[in-house]
Amino acid sequence: MITKPSAANTLPGIVRAEGEAPAFAPGDKVRILTRAPIGHYRVPTYVRGKTATVEAVMNAGVDNEQEAYGRNAGSRRHYYRLAIPMAEIWPGYGGSAADGLRIEVYETWLEKSTA
Amino acid sequence: MSTTDHSHDHDHDHDHDHDHEHEHDHSHDHGHPHAPISQDEAPGYYDMMETAVRELLVEKGLIGPDEIRRQIEVLDSRSPALGAQVVARAWVDPAFKARLLEDGRAACEELGISFYDDTQLIVLENTETVHNLIVCTLCSCYPRAVLGLPPDWYKLKPYRARAVSEPRKVLAEFGTTVPDDVEIRVSDSTAMVRYLVLPRRPEGTEGYSEEQLAALVTRDAMIGVIPVTLPEEGLAA
Repeated sequence: MITKPSAANTLPGIVRAEGEAPAFAPGDKVRILTRAPIGHYRVPTYVRGKTATVEAVMNAGVDNEQEAYGRNAGSRRHYYRLAIPMAEIWPGYGGSAADGLRIEVYETWLEKSTA
Repeated sequence: MSTTDHSHDHDHDHDHDHDHEHEHDHSHDHGHPHAPISQDEAPGYYDMMETAVRELLVEKGLIGPDEIRRQIEVLDSRSPALGAQVVARAWVDPAFKARLLEDGRAACEELGISFYDDTQLIVLENTETVHNLIVCTLCSCYPRAVLGLPPDWYKLKPYRARAVSEPRKVLAEFGTTVPDDVEIRVSDSTAMVRYLVLPRRPEGTEGYSEEQLAALVTRDAMIGVIPVTLPEEGLAA
């Protein structure tokens, strides 16, 4: 997957381009935005507005929601593998409290959770 | 990556779907051994769109019939037998298993399995405490590079909706009862990553060769809807 720079070996003074470094780290609490744009979107409606925990930082890629229309998809940003308890998604969830969902969401759909 | 959008699997495997529909259309006791195989239904909207786009691309010289045939050959060369060999290797080779769980794509590439759709692969290990299930709620994303085409039920809305909302009921309908103290993790593929479940190795297979183990591993077990089991008594090799 991605190569993580080790703090001990990092040379000083290197400035990274916009979006090059992941905005979130494993363990971070994030909220999936509740945008409802028209068009080709990769975030299913059932997880919009839900709070999740970042489980892993995935590969970076361009925004395929823009690329799908041949528009400038901008800089590469990261995908995150998120963990969300089933009970957070479905209030009446009938299974075990430990059951959960894993889903990959693009950086532009996430904000730090204050919850 | 420039091919990201193409990697989202919308289904264009019309030929395969039609084969399935027609297989069940006729009975066997009406005088003719088989109904003639023909396309009786008018093509649907998306059938026509696919044909029109394909013909335009060929007409404009952007792709040729050989390229289309080659891509079909690529798809046809992938089947659950490949995934089963990956699983069996992981069961007998702990170092391979570690690499597979670290980077599924790289470990499969060691075995010559190419990722023609430029997707990544996360391999999810089932354990005594975690049971994994895969789904694509948006369409039909599936680890095609290692398993080939998905089963029809995987692409239909009942499975796609229910796998994320009531996974235990869905599993029960496949005959799989997961105890309450085992956590269910449903992975919904939405973009660049595909998932493959690494099922638990069944007890009683200690003396099995890698080949014998691979023969036990089914497509559905690698989707996570059933465990890998030994053949029924009397059928054992």
